[in-house]
Amino acid sequence: MTAEYAYGLPLDQLWFGLVFAILGTFLVLDGFDFGVGAIFALRRDHDEREALLDVIGPFWHANEVWLVVFGGALFAAFPPVYARLFSRHYLLMFAVLLALAARGLGPELRHQRDDAAWQRWWGRSFAAGSIATPVLLGLFLGNWLVGATTTITLVGALTGLTALALCVLLGAAFIRLKLGDPLYAAARTYGQAAAASYLVLVVATLAAIWTRHPGLRDAITALLPLGLVALTVLVLLVFVGALRVGWHVAAFVAGAVLTYGLVALVAVLMHPQVDPGSGLTLAEGVISPLPLAMMSGVSVLLLPLVALYFVILYSEFRGPLHD
Amino acid sequence: MVDPVAASRLQFAITTIVHIVFPVMSMGLAPFLIYFTWKEIRGGDVVYEQLRRFWSHIFAVSFVVGTVTGLVLEFEFGTNFAAFSEFAGELFGGPLATEGMMAFMLEATFLGIFVYGRDRVSDRMYMLSAVAVGVGTWLSAVWILIANSWMQTPRGYEVVVENGQRVVHLTDPVAAYLNPRFTYEFVHMQNAAVESVALFMAGIAAYHVFRHHVWGVSVESVAFWETTLKVSIVALVVTAPLQVLHGDMYARHVFETQPHKFAAMEAVWETASYVPEYIIAFPTSVEQLLDPRAKQIFGLGIPGGASWLASGGDPQATIQGLESFPGPHPPVALVFWSFRIMVALGFWFILLAVWSAYRWYRGELVEDDLLHKALMGSTPLGFLAVEVGWIVTEVGRQPWLVQGVLRTDAGVSPGITGTEATLTLVGFGLGYTLLLALYLYVLWRLIRAGPPTRRELGDDAGTSETDESTAPTPSGGGGAE
Repeated sequence: MTAEYAYGLPLDQLWFGLVFAILGTFLVLDGFDFGVGAIFALRRDHDEREALLDVIGPFWHANEVWLVVFGGALFAAFPPVYARLFSRHYLLMFAVLLALAARGLGPELRHQRDDAAWQRWWGRSFAAGSIATPVLLGLFLGNWLVGATTTITLVGALTGLTALALCVLLGAAFIRLKLGDPLYAAARTYGQAAAASYLVLVVATLAAIWTRHPGLRDAITALLPLGLVALTVLVLLVFVGALRVGWHVAAFVAGAVLTYGLVALVAVLMHPQVDPGSGLTLAEGVISPLPLAMMSGVSVLLLPLVALYFVILYSEFRGPLHD
Repeated sequence: MVDPVAASRLQFAITTIVHIVFPVMSMGLAPFLIYFTWKEIRGGDVVYEQLRRFWSHIFAVSFVVGTVTGLVLEFEFGTNFAAFSEFAGELFGGPLATEGMMAFMLEATFLGIFVYGRDRVSDRMYMLSAVAVGVGTWLSAVWILIANSWMQTPRGYEVVVENGQRVVHLTDPVAAYLNPRFTYEFVHMQNAAVESVALFMAGIAAYHVFRHHVWGVSVESVAFWETTLKVSIVALVVTAPLQVLHGDMYARHVFETQPHKFAAMEAVWETASYVPEYIIAFPTSVEQLLDPRAKQIFGLGIPGGASWLASGGDPQATIQGLESFPGPHPPVALVFWSFRIMVALGFWFILLAVWSAYRWYRGELVEDDLLHKALMGSTPLGFLAVEVGWIVTEVGRQPWLVQGVLRTDAGVSPGITGTEATLTLVGFGLGYTLLLALYLYVLWRLIRAGPPTRRELGDDAGTSETDESTAPTPSGGGGAE
């Protein structure tokens, strides 16, 4: 199949990029929710826990929808990838769903009753789901890249931990935007620890790909891996610096840059394949030109609107929470 | 271990049957919430703020559970029905992606404002968020039903062989997506959602009103429950007759476009004219009691009724029998009985609507305790009607996944093992039981707690709840306080 259809645009390439961009957006937006959930796991105080739930309250429903749209976009543009990848990682996908369910139901049920045991239980559900979801999705992403046929791989596991570190980093920046002490101070510590962990993990992930998957070495070399690591260090320094001086929006943006960077790295290493596990290339996996052009039109119309909805939501709830 | 094909089908059935409850709740509540918000913002009685707060809480809980269970369905196309997804993805994936971008995004972003933003945003933005949430839920149904209607009456496609695999190519998007079936499904589903929620609201309101007026237990916020009852009766009076009238047209459309399914709905085995509409039916021998394909039926029926229904007025019309179709048939008993339960409930809801409206007109709405019992008993029945209706639609299409194009057993993922499929099937069986139990528990707690009282909402009118509407007036069984 060729997709050089509308206005001579390489629509298949653009959709490949779009699918990963949507995944990246999900990891940035719901990522900070997961990070707040991971930090929730580390705090015992009841009022602090309530405050952390309030931080993500108005946002997380909407953030999670990016995962639905990621699934939809992958299904719509590359149905064989959707089918093969999801059925190959059968149990992993259901583990992701279970983790998301635990995360989503936790806060909702926690608020239903006043007794401590009930709240502790649903707090655990929320925390466990928040930590497990990025780890499992990272595992999925790593497995997708290396074309794994087993559920747990070294590269996948390292990618999962990397994703978790990113989420904590984003969550810490978001907490500092919204809350005062003691969480304000604590978030700095968590953010710095996450930044250091992220650096170690991302290097370890690259090293694991290098040693385990010689087929990807050329692609890694072409990206100048040392330059990539240097760039990561630079952005991490910006993150930590911004966090310390109180430029929390800048810190959050630095975290977002790292997240999109990680997803882009996976996409670039995978390209021109879309499902390395079955050796499917972009041209083989994409739908035919007419529906692809239609879906492109739909996305060009709708995604800016979606962006507008998010701007409205975030600006209506801008600024610190308890002022 | 269960065979992966059987396990996948059963799992999809369980996950869909549970999921549909939550979208019905949110789609049905949406118009009510828009109305309550409008009245509240226009400076109506405090009762509208109570209504908006109480029912938006139920909406929010349903939304969370609906998201969790809906994501499962989306993923299952890839995990369990990979062969179908590869085969028909070009047609089927687009509507799902569009649903996410156009509908779900709208609903979820503005839900944040609708649930958390009353004190933070302007009235205008708040009203906008209520409308956006409502429109979002209904747009979701548009795209999901576009995808489903294509599976019932596929058009605008061609099947080609690509790399040795059969796949569907979209040739005519207008024919494929503006399928005549879509309009029938959309009207029937949306009206059913509003009707089901109206019954749900009426049943709960009747419980509180009954406790107050019949048992003489002083219920705080009884004015709130009386308003809920009245609003839901208005909705029921509109939706209940419409549902049956439209259902009749829908059945005729099914007869014309899916005759195999229609034959199963009526359990017509041999092509015949002047076919009766059986109200009840039994196999004539005991051995056949559990056989879904039992043919020797003793039944009570309206002579020529099924023919009359199919043709739109001709009792002599011919109905093509199941035997005239090749291949396996849908499980006839399940489709036959589900259809009957749905239709019977449809007529029962009309009776309830007329009964309530008559009592209200006579000014006796809070006094008829038999009516209240009937309404309480009917609280979940709208949802039951939706479930059996979808069973007619989906089971009646079997053995096809895409009618006449792809068999369901050919749509299941080739790669998954019996162990994997059994594991998730058991997991969903247990997990969804727990999920439903938790959902009902939360609803029960919210219903028991009732809305925030007028005093909590800072209503300076000052009168206590019970003074302002009629004081407890026991009639029938209950004693005074």
